[in-house]
Amino acid sequence: MAHILDERQKQVSMAGANERTIDCNKASLAGSVSQRACVFCGSRVVLYPIVDALHIIHGPIGCAAYTWDIRGSLSSGPELHRLSYCTDLQERDVIFGGEPKLQKSINELIDLHNPKAAFIYTTCIVGVIGDDVEQICRTIQKERGIPIIPVQAPGFQGSKKDGYKVACEAIFTLVGTKSKPYTPAKSINILGDFNLAGELWILLEYYKKMGVHVNATITGDGRVDDICNAHNAALNVVQCSGSMNYLAKLMKDEYGIPQMRVSYFGIEDMSDALYDVARFFKDDDMMAKARELVTEEISRMMPALAWYKEKLTGKKAAIYVGGAFKAISLVKALRLIGVQSVIVGSQTGTTEDYELIKQLCDEGTIIVDDSNPVELSHFVKEKQADIFIGGVKERPIAHKIGLGFCDHNHERKEPLAGYEGMINFAKEIYATAMSPVWKFTK
Amino acid sequence: MSKLTNITDETNLVPLQGLGVSSKASYTSTRNSCKLCAPLGASMVFKGIEGCVPLIHGSQGCATYIRRYMISHYKEPVDIASSNFSEETTVYGGSKNFITGINNIIKQYKPTVIGIASTCLSETIGEDIPGHIRNFKENFEGAAKTIPTFINASTPSYCGSHAEGFHNTVLATVQTLAEHEKTDNHLTIFPGMVSPADIRYIKELLNDFGIEHILFRDYSETLDNEYTSEYQLIPTGGTPVWKLAQMGNSKAVIEFGSTFNKGVNRVKKSGSLQTAGEWLESTFYIKNNPMPLPIGIEASDKFMETLKQISGNEIPEKHRKERGRLVDAYVDAHKYVFGKKALLYGEEDFVTAMADWCKEIGVEPFWIKGADFETLREKSEEFKPDFVLGNSKGYYIARERKIPLIRVGFPIHDRFGANRIHHLGYRGTQELFDRVVNALIEYKQENSPIGYKYL
Repeated sequence: MAHILDERQKQVSMAGANERTIDCNKASLAGSVSQRACVFCGSRVVLYPIVDALHIIHGPIGCAAYTWDIRGSLSSGPELHRLSYCTDLQERDVIFGGEPKLQKSINELIDLHNPKAAFIYTTCIVGVIGDDVEQICRTIQKERGIPIIPVQAPGFQGSKKDGYKVACEAIFTLVGTKSKPYTPAKSINILGDFNLAGELWILLEYYKKMGVHVNATITGDGRVDDICNAHNAALNVVQCSGSMNYLAKLMKDEYGIPQMRVSYFGIEDMSDALYDVARFFKDDDMMAKARELVTEEISRMMPALAWYKEKLTGKKAAIYVGGAFKAISLVKALRLIGVQSVIVGSQTGTTEDYELIKQLCDEGTIIVDDSNPVELSHFVKEKQADIFIGGVKERPIAHKIGLGFCDHNHERKEPLAGYEGMINFAKEIYATAMSPVWKFTK
Repeated sequence: MSKLTNITDETNLVPLQGLGVSSKASYTSTRNSCKLCAPLGASMVFKGIEGCVPLIHGSQGCATYIRRYMISHYKEPVDIASSNFSEETTVYGGSKNFITGINNIIKQYKPTVIGIASTCLSETIGEDIPGHIRNFKENFEGAAKTIPTFINASTPSYCGSHAEGFHNTVLATVQTLAEHEKTDNHLTIFPGMVSPADIRYIKELLNDFGIEHILFRDYSETLDNEYTSEYQLIPTGGTPVWKLAQMGNSKAVIEFGSTFNKGVNRVKKSGSLQTAGEWLESTFYIKNNPMPLPIGIEASDKFMETLKQISGNEIPEKHRKERGRLVDAYVDAHKYVFGKKALLYGEEDFVTAMADWCKEIGVEPFWIKGADFETLREKSEEFKPDFVLGNSKGYYIARERKIPLIRVGFPIHDRFGANRIHHLGYRGTQELFDRVVNALIEYKQENSPIGYKYL
């Protein structure tokens, strides 16, 4: 594997019983052209869907501009999250300090929007010039009576994953600060669904049918008051575990709330997510409703999926996404429609995730952590993949080589979660694999 | 009548002054920024050099965000390396990461050029990038000829926007590579931040004029490539280094843009910033011909006139006819645009050129220098634009006001084919004009109670 840099060799392996598990959780290698972003990015994408809070970036303009409206996280109400506020630090601020500018900015924007809370993100430059952001936040919180939460996210302080942790800590400062008069006993918090293309609302409908009360949807269509009351839920249901496991852990340690790891992609995982919740509440009626729902949905979609499977069988897919837990669901969902995964990778997977992928995938499947365009373009050629599933940065890799592409990231406009999402996913894979344009690329 | 006075008034470039409203920012924070950061501008320049891989000396996020931003616009591979600063790097300096980064770029990409852009982080901790480069070269163990050419641009994001980053990097490249031995017969042209389609057009035009030329930076191919069936690690195209060296032997320089260049109508008080054209003029005594981006007939005429002088040739028939057709189109459609009001934003060079064009066709341009989108949105309440002319980020204003947005410039993240939008010369103006006219006609038709079939 000459195209893999020496220092990265251990972050690539294959599926199969005798293959080693890959290294992960490492800083990206300088000059490798990693697809990862930074700590700031990690914190920003997780907190972004809290829609009634102000999000103010204390730093240079780029950090704000590149994250403006970056996620298609939908809101059923306020849309404060879609505004990009930045102290836009200039040379004089870097020399004399940006504190006065930050203080003024926060106060003015509170006057303008009357938000429920404000998240103040610090960036690389603030990490170096040493503005006392925590102090400013404390002071304004006291004066204005709303939570002003510093999000210490200088980009150099780790990787995107460390940013998730910072975001979890920021959210955790809100949890338990308010109790609503009544929270039903059989209630859950949903962590790690970002309501892309309204996916969360599909899930809410399912849980409602089962008689489960959803207390806080923390990272999708999120509301400050719900998050403050999140400690009153009976269970944390965690998707995108890479980002939200830590918050669930903090809530378990502090409030004793158990957590459950789920995925909403594909029939198997979606159904398990519903059954597991019913099982947790030890409620026969709830379980019966879940069964009814699953049966109905599956019988409705099976003919369509069978049709797709017939058409797509034999196609090969490459998967490279942010979190490895999603990759696992994708492998299963693709299998359901006859598509074999020949490359599976992620930016931020853990050893457990990769071990699971190793067991799940067919022998010879390439497994890779923190990959880059050089490797990915080699892998897809080597494995003769037909379809690539990834985000914006992977799209040109697929298209320049003549592979179909499915965006399973921020920019999707059709829901891919839930049963409805599985059909959309099959449709999209079919559309990209079967387009007549490929005859011109051979 | 007051509207007419406004249109012909030169000071209307920063309108609203004419309407008696202050353009001073009323908020301390930047709210939905119109500008981007300097390393992005640098990356765009580096993508226009043949065999070049950009390295952003700072945190991983800078490179990744810029890649994502550019990929969403160009729909092409944009590989940019990062020296991936950690906490330790920030405390003890970036030398080690820099060397590792360069070595890994060489191993993976085998570039002929590595373009280095600094960041706010590396500038603030006082990184000595020229020192790092020297250090690298001294310790390089491979054959000397395999050492890439290094270009180093200082682009901290707290000094100016992506436009400054862009200009600084063009200048840094010219200063690093241009040599003067003699005066050759070629022209050097700096087209500024324009689209790949614009660059292809300029090359075609200069060839039609019979003018030998060096165009820098040429990302007409690197950021708008054909289908290759391979992932070209470094996409083909770009201005080659040997040509960049010959810029010093040019007989003349043409430089588009009116913001940084002292020779045109606006002088930006940015202190030390010199443009590449000015530097070639002051260093090698090559005549610089600064001019606004040729958008519209008047600005394009000026460009063509200069090409006539430089080449000694008349405007080629093909282009003369394009002008004629454009005049014909202006006549046929003048009523649809006259008196309409346009909201503009974007890089200053681009906006001033667009504003001049608007005035040329009887459209009243509205722009607030240095304003963010929220300020523009609020001031639009008073100005009441009929349409928006700018990149895709102003869409939300157009949507709120239920008026058309004609997408031009960079970035265009919500439409397809941004790299093929042509803005320059008679032909580019024709395309713009058709789009603006049709957007206004469509708007009227859609909002009409009668679904009419003729104009």
